Amino acid sequence: MMPRAVSSVVRVVTVLVPALFLGALVVWPLLSVFSRSLRGVDGARVLEILTRSSTRSVLTFTVTQALLSALLTLLVGLPIAHALARYDFKGRGVVRALVVVPFVLPTVVVAAALDAVFTRMALDLDRSLAAILAAHVFFNVAIVVRIVGGFWATLDRRDIEAAQVLGATPFRAFRLVALPVLLPIVLGAGLLVFLFSFTSFGVILILGGPARATLETEIHRYAIFRQEFDVAAVLAMVQLAIVVLLSVGSARFQRRFVNTGRGVARRRTVRPDTWGRRAHLTVVIALACVVIGVPIGALIESSLRTGGGYGLTHYRALLEPLPLLPVTAAEALMRSLRFGLAAAVLASIIGVIAAYGVVRGGRAGRVLEAISLVPLGVSAVTLGFGYLLAFTALDLRRSPWLIPVAHAVVGLPFVLASVVPALRAIDDRLHEAAAVLGARPSRISRLIDWPLIRRAVVTGSGFAFAISLGEFGATAFLSRSPSAFTAPLAIFRLLSQPGAALRGQALALSVVIGATVACLAAVLERLRGEEAVLL
Amino acid sequence: MFNHPTVPSSMRRFLLTLMALALVAAACGSDDASSSSEGDTSTDTAAETESEAEEPEPADADGEDTVEEEAMEETEAVTITLVTHDSFAVSEGILQTFTDETGISVELLSAGDAGEVVSRAVLSAGQPEGDVMFGIDNTFLQRGLDADLFVPHQSAALSDVPDELELDPEYRVTPIDVSDVCVNYWTDALPGDAPTSLDDLIDPANAASFVTENPESSSPGFAFLLATIVRYGEDGWEDYWQQLVDGGMSVTSGWSEAYYGEFIAGGGERALVTSYASSPPAEKIFADPPVDAPPTGVLEDSCFRQIEFAGILAGTEHPAEAGQLIDFMLSETFQADIPLNMFVYPANETVALPPEFVEFGPLTANPITMDPADIEAGRLDWTERWTNIVLR
Repeated sequence: MMPRAVSSVVRVVTVLVPALFLGALVVWPLLSVFSRSLRGVDGARVLEILTRSSTRSVLTFTVTQALLSALLTLLVGLPIAHALARYDFKGRGVVRALVVVPFVLPTVVVAAALDAVFTRMALDLDRSLAAILAAHVFFNVAIVVRIVGGFWATLDRRDIEAAQVLGATPFRAFRLVALPVLLPIVLGAGLLVFLFSFTSFGVILILGGPARATLETEIHRYAIFRQEFDVAAVLAMVQLAIVVLLSVGSARFQRRFVNTGRGVARRRTVRPDTWGRRAHLTVVIALACVVIGVPIGALIESSLRTGGGYGLTHYRALLEPLPLLPVTAAEALMRSLRFGLAAAVLASIIGVIAAYGVVRGGRAGRVLEAISLVPLGVSAVTLGFGYLLAFTALDLRRSPWLIPVAHAVVGLPFVLASVVPALRAIDDRLHEAAAVLGARPSRISRLIDWPLIRRAVVTGSGFAFAISLGEFGATAFLSRSPSAFTAPLAIFRLLSQPGAALRGQALALSVVIGATVACLAAVLERLRGEEAVLL
Repeated sequence: MFNHPTVPSSMRRFLLTLMALALVAAACGSDDASSSSEGDTSTDTAAETESEAEEPEPADADGEDTVEEEAMEETEAVTITLVTHDSFAVSEGILQTFTDETGISVELLSAGDAGEVVSRAVLSAGQPEGDVMFGIDNTFLQRGLDADLFVPHQSAALSDVPDELELDPEYRVTPIDVSDVCVNYWTDALPGDAPTSLDDLIDPANAASFVTENPESSSPGFAFLLATIVRYGEDGWEDYWQQLVDGGMSVTSGWSEAYYGEFIAGGGERALVTSYASSPPAEKIFADPPVDAPPTGVLEDSCFRQIEFAGILAGTEHPAEAGQLIDFMLSETFQADIPLNMFVYPANETVALPPEFVEFGPLTANPITMDPADIEAGRLDWTERWTNIVLR
């Protein structure tokens, strides 16, 4: 489809650039921390750690809860994704923007909000698996709704209609025509949710209570309280092995479904104008409201509660300096937004290059894809310590740039998860036709690929932004100067002292972060622009 | 079809937007790289200003350049880094005082809670992230000493510090502040009379109303466990905890979940919680609406002494300047600033306390203490036994 020489240069570049990025920011730090932690440790010790009965039970619980979280999130998220893709209704943008909010809220705050909801609904979920699952669904439903939904919206319905004309039942038409296109992306989104739940830390400790342990909480306990770095490293390697296995398995599965083109086109939405459609939409919106709306509502309510009733006192206080914080909460939020912007831009640039590498890079591309998922699936403390040890020589570990760059590393898999399927779904015949007509490769990607993946890039970079804003995972373990003091850190600091006013401000700041990300999601929605029309 | 006019233009628009965003981000990024451009000075942080305010003229270069320029101008100018935990806070201008006095600039670097800071330092021993560490406490101290994290420095200002706070005879660490981990109660909600001793806590009514933290994931939780071990001895503490468990005590992973989740302060139902001696003053200072007296009190008999230390990190290129910073941290200027920023008490006993601390949160006269070496020797065994009693 491209002149061979050009195509091989492109292939090398699209693999090499992301490989250098991931090599420096994932592989090298992990190698550093593993080699330091396992210094002088022999195979027998490793075997002893691996075969402990506690290791086995922790591993079982970790995988079980992550699997259940992923399945439940898909169960809740897919109907919402489908309805948002199918129906054109007022408030569609609002729902799409709101689902992202949980993603940026600090765990402590969400746990408190969920707790309040459970109490009010008289549900005794205290420290149950159900509470953990509910929190994971709340946090992660955005992944399914936005990544799968974004793709679903561009699914070509004409093939389904053609199948139906030829006599297939709607279900059979869906199974034979739409499912093979959707399945890889559903699996990709499910994998991301699994990994998020797999390395979930705050939810397990707070909602699960001190008696529950996952690999993530155990690694933290061994690395910090017990300072048995070798045990922490072995457990982190177990995490790593699982991430790599899953990633390879899912890539293999996805390739089986690689669909030659015809996957992307403008999806015609319908207005919910019949009783059936209206009922369907109502049920789905109600589901979204219960899962996302109720906890957010509880959070907003408690942020408005002041000593003398309700009011904006805590919100106004965010602008005032407070001895506990190096900057005002409002300034911390501005820092967060800058970091988020830098992380989103970097993640989308590297992500698009890497997506080509994954799709066209053969075996190297598959390795790239697996490595890109590692930061999501390996414990935050491990990667954080990795940065500490890997960047000693260059003294990069204190660079304020490391923070948005590390955010971009965590955001990268989201760009890949939305862009790779979009690239795969592009009909190769388009490329061939353009090449035959004499178009250069750069012109081909600009004219054919770009319009088709643009939405996916925006979706993915939106997640990178949200991850940065929420200071997910390892990034919380980077050392930083007060000039890198961000809003989530301000919330933790406020919640580390007694005092009703401080707690109120922490909740208010959480609401402001959530509102900011919702507004930005709405703006991005516009940037995604009109859907691509092709063929 | 392939040259549909909207396609390239929409791409151009998108790319332009991206480039604009990237430029903004880059501009912001260089701010964060500790330059203070003119437009940003007004919003600059206290600490940023402090760390750079050695510059007499308006700064327009970024931090590193400034350091080099200064090095050329006056050979003494040095910037040292203070590695600390996330709870470190200091009033605007305090570190500037140090810079004015000595010509030494201070950069702050924090990474996680005290336990995380110690683990990081142990892992990177010999190649420290900074020159001085502040925040290692008596429960982690032995680890830092065993890992040879610090080089000795005997501060002259130690003369104002009570002897019992100086836990290292070799002066590898210097005590900076003190606090007590104590059981707090919500005065109006106690099941009976306010408890006056640790023994009272196992009274079933009190135990049912008590929430504490997991010693493996929470520093006050660990301090409270140590308090019970000192008080009831190797043979008695497990029995004490068994009675707490039987009475209906609750355990959370961290302080926030205990204090704001289960204690009455955050809407919970329990009236007794493991917190700090300084919690009642904080409840008064950050009350909403304002109150005359805090709604909480402290069970003095339960108080375990925590001491936070500073030490010069082995491997620093500026041991002399690092020592000057430690001396400054014991000075009246710094010590008097401690209580309202970090809610702990100055180690320098000549420094006056804020009125709220004097009235509502004095340190206990006879706190429970334990030798750091004993803490380290017992840590893993005790917490495993604790876990078996309380969590299994």
